[in-house]
Parts: sequence; C-alpha cells; structure tokens
Amino acid sequence: MVEELRIKNGVVYDPINGVNGERREICIRDGKIVEDVMNPKVIDAEGKVVMPGGVDVHAHIAGGKVNSGRIFRPEDERRGREPKTKVCRSQSGYSVPNTFTTGYRYAKMGYTFVMEPAMPPLLARHTHEEFIDIPILDKAALPLIDNNWMTFDYVKSGDSEKLAAYIAWMIKATKGYGVKLVNPGGTDAWGWAKNQGLNDESEDWGITPAEIIRALAEANEKFEMPHAIHLHQNNLGHPGNFEMTLETYDVTEGVKASKDRSVTHLTHQQFFSYGGTSWKDFESQAKAIAEYVNKNEHVSIDTGTVILGDTTTMTADGPMEYSLYQITGRKWTNCDVELETGAGITPFLYSGKVGVHSIQWTIGLELMLLVKDPWKVALTTDHPNAGPFIGYPIVISTLMSKKRRDEVLSEIHSAVYDKSELPSIDREYDLNEIAIITRAGTAKILGLQEHGKGHLGVGADGDVAIYDISPEERDAGKIQRAFMNTKYTIKGGQIVVKDGEVVAAPEGRTFLVEPIFEDEEIYKEMLSDLETKFRDYYSVTMRNYPVQDAYTPHPYVIKAPMAK
Amino acid sequence: MTVVTDVVCPLCGSVCDDIEVEVEENKITKVIKGACAVGKSKLQGHERIKSPMIRVNGVLKECSYDEAIKKAAELLAKARRPLLYGWSSTVCEADKVGIALAEEIGGVVDNTASVCHGPSVLAIQDVGIPCCTLGQIKNRADLVIYWGSNPANAHMNHMKRYSYISKGYFLPGGKKDKKLAVVDVRETSTSKMAELFAQIEPGKDFLLFSAVRAVLMGYEDIVPDEVGGIPKEKIVTLANMIKESRFFITFFGMGVTQSRCRQNNIVNAIQTTRAGHLHTKGAIMPMRGHYNVNGFNQVCTWETGYPFAVDFSRGFAWYNPGETASTDLLGRGECDVALIIASDPASHFPADAVKHLARIPVIIIDPYHNPTTEFADIVIPSAICGIEAEGSVYRMDNVPIRVRKVVNTDYMSDEEIVERILEEVRAIKEKEGE
Ligand code: SF4
Repeated sequence: MVEELRIKNGVVYDPINGVNGERREICIRDGKIVEDVMNPKVIDAEGKVVMPGGVDVHAHIAGGKVNSGRIFRPEDERRGREPKTKVCRSQSGYSVPNTFTTGYRYAKMGYTFVMEPAMPPLLARHTHEEFIDIPILDKAALPLIDNNWMTFDYVKSGDSEKLAAYIAWMIKATKGYGVKLVNPGGTDAWGWAKNQGLNDESEDWGITPAEIIRALAEANEKFEMPHAIHLHQNNLGHPGNFEMTLETYDVTEGVKASKDRSVTHLTHQQFFSYGGTSWKDFESQAKAIAEYVNKNEHVSIDTGTVILGDTTTMTADGPMEYSLYQITGRKWTNCDVELETGAGITPFLYSGKVGVHSIQWTIGLELMLLVKDPWKVALTTDHPNAGPFIGYPIVISTLMSKKRRDEVLSEIHSAVYDKSELPSIDREYDLNEIAIITRAGTAKILGLQEHGKGHLGVGADGDVAIYDISPEERDAGKIQRAFMNTKYTIKGGQIVVKDGEVVAAPEGRTFLVEPIFEDEEIYKEMLSDLETKFRDYYSVTMRNYPVQDAYTPHPYVIKAPMAK
Repeated sequence: MTVVTDVVCPLCGSVCDDIEVEVEENKITKVIKGACAVGKSKLQGHERIKSPMIRVNGVLKECSYDEAIKKAAELLAKARRPLLYGWSSTVCEADKVGIALAEEIGGVVDNTASVCHGPSVLAIQDVGIPCCTLGQIKNRADLVIYWGSNPANAHMNHMKRYSYISKGYFLPGGKKDKKLAVVDVRETSTSKMAELFAQIEPGKDFLLFSAVRAVLMGYEDIVPDEVGGIPKEKIVTLANMIKESRFFITFFGMGVTQSRCRQNNIVNAIQTTRAGHLHTKGAIMPMRGHYNVNGFNQVCTWETGYPFAVDFSRGFAWYNPGETASTDLLGRGECDVALIIASDPASHFPADAVKHLARIPVIIIDPYHNPTTEFADIVIPSAICGIEAEGSVYRMDNVPIRVRKVVNTDYMSDEEIVERILEEVRAIKEKEGE
C-alpha cells in the first residue's frame, strides 16, 4: 500500500527553498516530498507552523563516553524516567538519557537527524551499536582523526596524498561521516598529562596543532566531502582563549572548499570566546568572534549555548575535563584511546548565581545574535556539555524574545551587565531564522540538503515538524512549549509524534560517507604503513578493527569522489 | 583443512583477537597461535549439553527446542517476580533481547558483575575512573601494578599482549623498559616477576591504599611504620615508583573488590590513582573476568540508564543494588522464576541465594553442563559465542570487538533462543489481553 500524506493550511518555513511563512501544502508519498497525492491521510495544520525536520549538527548522543557518563551518573538517570508503553521502551535520564529516550525526545521537538560529533575510531562499533538503539532519528558520526599517529606521521612528512588516503580508509573503516578534530595534538599530549596550544611543537612528534588542522582541512578538500572538517580547537574553556580562537580561524584561510560550504566548521564556539586573564576578570569576547565570522566565508560555527542547571560534560579533550574536575572536585572519568584520541567526563552545574557561568550563558546567545548571517551559525548546546538538548526550546524562545532575555539577565549574576554585550542587543530572531539555525542551515553545513534533509522541496525526505503555534506568537513561554512538543512530527512520511506523544518508533538510518581515493599505489603504501601500526602498537588486529556491516542495518551511503 | 585468522577468544576479559586456528570438518582441530592454555581448551571444545530438556517428575527429559522455549515462556509470562541473570559469557546482541524480555515481564535483569566487579561499578558511580585502552598501556606505561589480581593464572596473555611484557612505541625494550609491582595476599606466579612485591594481610587493602595515597599527597610523616603487614619503607618505595614513572597503571582484581571494605577499596584505589596524577600520568582498570561481563554493563546502561541490577517491576528502570541485585532478590526469597543464561550461580552465589534458586523453577541457557543445570527445570543448550555464533563483546577496557563465527552448528544461538522466548511471551500476553 502506498502511504500518502497531505499537510494542508500550515504556515510553512522552508528557507532552503525560499519559503518564508507562506501557506502551502506539503504532500508526501513513500517517505518523500512530492508535488501532489491522490488518496492521502490529511493533516489540517490551520494556523500552525510547519518546518522541515530538525537537523542537529553536534550532539553527543551515543558511544563510549556518553555511556561512561550514564554509568557514573545514576542520579542523572533517575531524572525524567517514564515507564514502558505500547510504543516506547522505558525511559531514564536527563543530561545523559538512555538511547531510546534520546530518539523520543528529539522526535518530540521535531528533530529527525542528529550528528554524533566525536567517535573514537577504535570504539566506533560502540557508537553504531547505540545508534541501532536510538529509534526514529537518522544519524551519523564523525570519527576523530586528529590525534592519530598515522595522521601525525603524514603531517610530519608532509605527505598530503597519503594523509588523504588514510582519512578515506578511516572514514570507511569506522562507517563515519567526516573528519573530526578535538584538541589536535593536545589530546595525544594528555597521554603524558600534558596539553598543547595552537603553535606549540609536540615533543614526541615535532609538529604543531596548526599544522595538523591545515593538513586535515586540505586532505578533506581533496574529496567532495559533504561536510567541512569539524573542529574543536585547542585551549577550550580558558579565560583569554579568544585570541587563539581567531588565530585558529586563520589557519585554514585560503584552503579551497571542494563544495559550496565552509572549509572549517568550528564547534561550540561559546567555549572559545573568552576574554580576561583569569576567572576573576573573565569576560565575553563573542563580539570579536562574531565579527570574524561575519567577514570570512571559510568558517561556519555552532554555538554550544549554555542551559543553566546541572549537566554532564564530556569531550575527547582529556586535559580540559581534568582541569574542569580540578575546579569542581566532583567525579571524573578519563579514557585515553591508544594511538588515536581520549575522553574525559565530569558533571557540571551552570549556576546563575555564579558570575562566570552567567557570562558563559550570555556568550552562546551573543554569538547567535551578533553573527549576521544565520546560515553561518547553528544552534547547539554541545549536548550535554553546555546543557542537554532538551534545552533547545529554551534557547529558541530566548533568541526570539528580548523580553525573556532581559528577565533572565535581571535574575542571574550582575556581572553580565559589565562583561557581555547581550544586554544591549535588541535583535530578535524570526521563525525563518530559527528554521535556518535548527534545520536548513545545519543541513547545509553538513551537506545534507542534497540528501533530502533540511528542506521540503520535491524529492526531500518526508521529515516534517508541525508546531502548535501561530506565526505571530511572541510570548516566550508559549514558543518554548510549542518547540518542546510538536503537534506532529513526521519522519520519512510516517507520523511518529502526535500531540506531543510518540505514536510510532521506527528504526532510523545511519548516514555514511565513502571517500573514494583513486591512486591505488599510494593507497597501498598507506595500507602498509597502517599494517605496521597495527602489528606493533594497536591492541587489536587490523582485520578486527573495521566496523562490520552488521552495525548499520539501514545505511545511507554518500560517495565522495576526489575533487576536480 | 582451513586456517582461520583473527579469531577472538571468548573466555576472559582480555579478549585476545589474534588467534589462528585450524578447522577441519567443521571442527577447530588445532589452535596454531595466539591463545593461552585455557583459551585453547575453550576453543577446542569440550562436553556439551546434547539436547533441550525439561524436568518431568524430577528427571530431565530430552525435548525439542520448541517445547523447551514454549515452556520457558509460559513460566516467565506468569511469573510475579522473575529474575533474568547471567549475560556475561554471551554477546551483546543476546543481552539486548534479554533486557527487552525483562522489561516485557516486569522482571529484574542482572549480570555476574553482581558477584565480581559490582563494587567497582559502585565506586565509579561515586568518584568516576581515570582509565585508558590497553594499547595505551602497552605503548606508554612504564610502571604496571597488579593489585589483588594474578594475570599469570587468570588472564594469561594479559601481560604479554598489553602490559609488562609487551613492547610499545615509547617502550621498545618491553619489560626492560618497564617496572612491575604486585600487591597480593599471597605469593603468585605474577608476584615472582615483580620488582616490588607487597604481601598484604587479608582485608587490609583499604589501609594500604590510604598509606600510598598519603605519601603521594605529601603526608609521608603520618604513615605508621607498618600498614597491613607492609613496612613503611616499602610503601614509600611504591609511592616513589609511581611518582617517578611517566605513566602508571593499576590493574585490580577480585582480591580487592570482594574483600573487606569492597567498593570502598576501589574508591580509595581510584583516589590513589588521582593522587599519583598530581605527579605524573596514571590510570586504573578492573580486571574483568568473563569476556563480556563488561558488554552487558554497557548495553544495560545505554538501554536502561543503569549498568546492572535493574528492576522493571515499576515499568521504568529502577536501580538499587543492595535491593535489586540478584543475590538480594534470592536472599530475600522473593524471586519466583529464574532464567539463567551463560553463567553458573550455583557455584558462585551465597548459600542462601542458591538454596532459594533450587526451590523455584529455573530455566538455564548454556552450551555446557554446570552445577546450576543439576537443579534446573528447563535446560536449553546454545551455540558457543565466538566459535559458533558472532556478536559484540566489550573488552575490560571498553573496546568493542566482534567475536567470530568459526564453525557451523545446529545449536540455536543465545540471541535466537531469548528472542523466541520473548516472542512467545508477547503472544501469551496478547492472548491474555484479549
Ligand atoms: S588470555 Fe583470556 S582471552 Fe586471551 S586467550 Fe587466554 S583466556 Fe582467551
């Protein structure tokens, strides 16, 4: 039987197709948007807001460190528990929810795609195993390739071809989507409890983080990769780091993008936009960061906006998590991953009573309000680092309402009035801009608009969110409630959420990229270098390393040929 | 005859994955290289349960898989307080179905961590754990400490593949470049190789961790002349070995988790590692026993939020070890049906728990006979994971590895058996609901 759906009378926001709040009909057949349908089930969206399914560019939802976060926080698991229903498995967790819950909560917010942005290659199977247990959503994961000894060798020798061959192998072996960097050089140095700044030369490898970043950006652009390199740069979370941030942005200037997108996607820049010399004179430098982004085309960013409250921080940036743990004295888990990367996890409370946290809260909002072009900035909370993803509706309502911002500012630490621009910013986002920073723009940043995500044009995936809100609504509370629970979420043409309840939980797909490296000779040489690494230094064999097909039961493969 | 390479050993938490075997007529006839003595013996196989069986009038009678599964499902569907226990010597795919089954019948699902490294999990929930993968140790750890564990007997390839005897990038000389320290209540084959061996009095681990930690934190003056039978001088030497190392690792075993103070020992061990971290780089790791005891904890956590001892009687996952662990449930005489898979509680549980188990209907799924099959009411033989069935397992350092299917079998896999039971249970419940 052909499944057909017609959504009529809705007010549609589809920025990729230039539709800005128009009454349009959306038709879906067999999971895809079509011109028209014959015998559809009809949804009347009279007076309601209709958008493409949400696309999250960066949220830690699956894998080794997420699970380590769950394991060591039973107190977090007790928050938000719900019993099993006919449709849903039992639910636990707030900042580190169980896998099923992750799928349900995103779907309720109208999201249908999430990028897991930090997959340790050696533990890639784990990420994919959790993906299988995250219902509804389509997903992809970015393998960490920057602290990798193979990468180091080729950066050192300047062998850009072999580096390209290697990233092609690695992305395929991990069933990944692109190239992720987290504290390049620094995470490896953490193997000796050390760290590295952008231009510090590594004692062990004789290269700098800047060289790693540039080399990986160039290697990435050798292919028609859907996504830029995805960079969490050095020096996260330290007062005064904005200068190194700007220097880092410069590193990939002049690298030519192989597709219509940025060369470097810089993630959760809130954590990198800090002024001052210590926590005492800590201040926002979001303005400097936003100005750079406004002037340059080779960068895109997401924000990592803070949600005030308790959360679980986790990153491959091992040294950063250790310094955070030293500040709080709360529990701390670390996991170095041989030859590749690391991870640290510690709980954290962002308190409006604390000056620094209050300023951090303003920075994530300032970045979004000061970057003029919404296509260059994406809404994230770096889930769960700056706050759990279920805080998105709070951020959306805060961006749309100056009144709400002023209310919060008056309640949190007064340092925000001296140390941040936020109080003086009047801009309010409209729904079209919200649609850009939560789906259209994020889909473009990830190169997914060509693969049916982030828009409602004919041929796109039948992923639709219908929010029970009038386009004229300005009340922050109502906006927040509407974005928390959709009237309908439709995934691949199937109604999965109705009136804020999950009514179906189909399995999602895994998106993978297959870079095609052409020169067989060079590829072979790279493989022989790699064999040596496995023989001498890895603790698993090369044949047991790649993620088997069993771990992606519903793959969607994107081929990335060499760039012309 | 064919040679199969990169075979993964399904026995201990070391999960060696570079094994080569010869296969002839659908049988592993020889282990060419890679496996230790016990691994070899598992790979080459021994006496199996031949057929599914149901106990009739006190005697186990052979039956078909269908009959055994149907009967098992009937028992579980009408159980009021079912327990689903074991899950450590099977693959994650089976664990997943087991958790779904527990959820379906409102049961308690728990694995063998309850009686081995459960205290380690509790300690991690208290303070976290600085850890790393085993290759990091191979390449960087110039000081290896085994505390309350004896890998030379229990994880025979561990030192060779990952720690003291292995060669690594920064330690190309292997054990020439590394130091070994052992703390144990008795001399062992491992301790005989150690540069420093501290023979501790039983039950004094907590005190000794405290003493080492005090020295690391600069409070040497408060350490008494002797702690747990170890002279102060030796304690200071051990602390100095930690300080002078570039990367130290402490592997701890059941000698620490199951002795006096239990999880508090581990909390202290972890805090000692953190104290070492003030001087250098350090990590600490539990020596997990069964090859996939960790895998169940991983799956259970991502699916329910909690690593073991999960009670679904309220519809959502409820976790409170001390109340919801299998031994708690059995000790209170609460449980009315038990499904045991890939484990042998009759040999490892406290006496009162075993007594209760023997009183209630027990379903067991396992490739081999063991003391629990002696009193089981339904016995369902299964394929051996890693030899006859494939799937994910998690090594002691959280590295996921897919065990291989090397030979074919007529036995059903654990995953299939539990899946079939779940289907039957659902069918029964649906009928009742009508
Ligand atoms: S050390 Fe453990 S995993 Fe390795 S071969 Fe021996 S029993 Fe098997």
